[in-house]
Amino acid sequence: MPDMTALIELDRVEKVFDVRRRTGPLRRERRQVRAVDGISFTVPAGQVVGYIGPNGAGKSTTVKMLTGILTPSGGRLRVAGIDPSRERTRLARRIGVVFGQRTTLWWDLPLRDSYELVRRMYRIDAARYRRNLDRCVGLLDLAPLLDVPVRQLSLGQRMRGDIAAALLHDPEVLYLDEPTIGLDVVSKAKVRAFLRTVNTEQGTTVLLTTHDLTDIEQLCRRVMVIDHGRLVYDGGLDGLHAAGDSERTLVVDFERELPPVELPGARCERVEGPRQWIAFPAAASAAPLVAELAARHGVVDLSVREPAIEDVIARMYAASSTAPA
Amino acid sequence: MHLYATVAASGFRRHATYRVATAAGVFTNTVFGFITAYTYIALWHERPHLGGYDQSMALTYVWIGQALFATSSLMGGGFQDELIERVRSGDIAVDLHRPADLQAWWLAADLGRAGYQLLARGAVPMACGALAFDLALPASPATWAFFLLSVALGVLVSFALRYLVVLSVFWLMDGTGIVAVSGLSTLFFSGMLLPLNAFPGDLSAIALVLPWSALLQVPADILLGRHTGGALAAALAFQAAWAVLLLGAGRLLQSAATRKVVVQGG
Repeated sequence: MPDMTALIELDRVEKVFDVRRRTGPLRRERRQVRAVDGISFTVPAGQVVGYIGPNGAGKSTTVKMLTGILTPSGGRLRVAGIDPSRERTRLARRIGVVFGQRTTLWWDLPLRDSYELVRRMYRIDAARYRRNLDRCVGLLDLAPLLDVPVRQLSLGQRMRGDIAAALLHDPEVLYLDEPTIGLDVVSKAKVRAFLRTVNTEQGTTVLLTTHDLTDIEQLCRRVMVIDHGRLVYDGGLDGLHAAGDSERTLVVDFERELPPVELPGARCERVEGPRQWIAFPAAASAAPLVAELAARHGVVDLSVREPAIEDVIARMYAASSTAPA
Repeated sequence: MHLYATVAASGFRRHATYRVATAAGVFTNTVFGFITAYTYIALWHERPHLGGYDQSMALTYVWIGQALFATSSLMGGGFQDELIERVRSGDIAVDLHRPADLQAWWLAADLGRAGYQLLARGAVPMACGALAFDLALPASPATWAFFLLSVALGVLVSFALRYLVVLSVFWLMDGTGIVAVSGLSTLFFSGMLLPLNAFPGDLSAIALVLPWSALLQVPADILLGRHTGGALAAALAFQAAWAVLLLGAGRLLQSAATRKVVVQGG
């Protein structure tokens, strides 16, 4: 009996591409590239999952298999109980896809006409269409843009238009491939706020690939990290810190200049006059360190800096590429 | 079905948006019409009744060619370049995500385009030609109706051929060569340069059974009243047969292409 709550299921999914390379005037060398190398995970309905990894890690290939455009070379894959590559069109009615770098809208048509085409394509009944369009137009500030041809929209406007187009048919799953790429801070915030609303109000399951870790921090409770076609981390954001051996930093202002302080389980990273930066494992408590410092020296001020998620991920990528394949 | 009607309507409207481009196209077709007309006058002066056409019929043929040049894409183009670019850039991924048939979608869009081109770039040059020359246009509404039906079938064949060209890019990854070759073949074998009947012997016989003759030669001969009765039915059946065959080939190739698709980039 399959787990009915798991909307996306991957079991040892593989995708191998044949790459032909010129090695001489007439010779071609055939080489196999394992873009996705045995990935397994399940995503329950209603979850927002971040799917991250460096360029060429296999993220987009996974998404293309999940939508049925690419056929897996091995393993088993189901989305809403459907085998995507076999029933691509049936699945298409139940999922929404947004590519940050491509548009699903029609270049020469006003936004409104593009949505009309989407309505007919997905056979959305009039009442539902009205309701969803009104909601998207309201939340994404699309009202002034509806009669503008897509080619005249700015990148941020177009992206909002694209996201709305992907949600008009109430998809159960929404794949977002770098939805905030190239957007300014305000547009990014709008997009994130909208996605949060969609997830909480509609219960839409979201799989988000991105290079912008702020997207992940603000939207996802679960993160999957993929590198070289393999899943190297699957868990919460907090766990990511532990998995990446990340450190927090205590910034201390002493009463006077001191030599670098030595504390058990911590190390002094930097000294600048009376200020010192003391690194300690992210999982450890700062309290005993603070007590020890205060007992030994006169402390004027102190603050704790959380590790930047970028650093954590960068360390994880580095670790997975040096690990034996 | 409703969806594809909407797609066709948006194909029509989309081309109607570019008024300056339409005006430039009408101007070009009219100018070329005049140039070709005077060339034909010189040719028919030397060789009266070439291909079985008198001079008035030959001039009519010229203006039918100009009228159908954009409508039936007698030198390729239309959706072709756009879809090839989508295959090359990987934007085709977006199209494949849609719960719609790729071939039906682009056929609908191309029919919408052809409809607009017939009204804008077809009617106006034809009217100019009729004012300037003594054309052999039929009086019977039935002949005009069969002509329009034949044009519609010609557009289907034209689409089917161009769709095959597009699909080849899934394997070739660059469409420049095949687009050039198919464009020139279309120009020559549709009868745009010279009526196929005027070709010498065997070449004429061969050209008349190739699919390209469905684009211009057949509709033109219907309007000129050269096909009547059983011959008219046979001419329309000839076009329909090529349309079915080539659209079917497109379907087969399409499923092979989407099976092997390697989407470019990202």
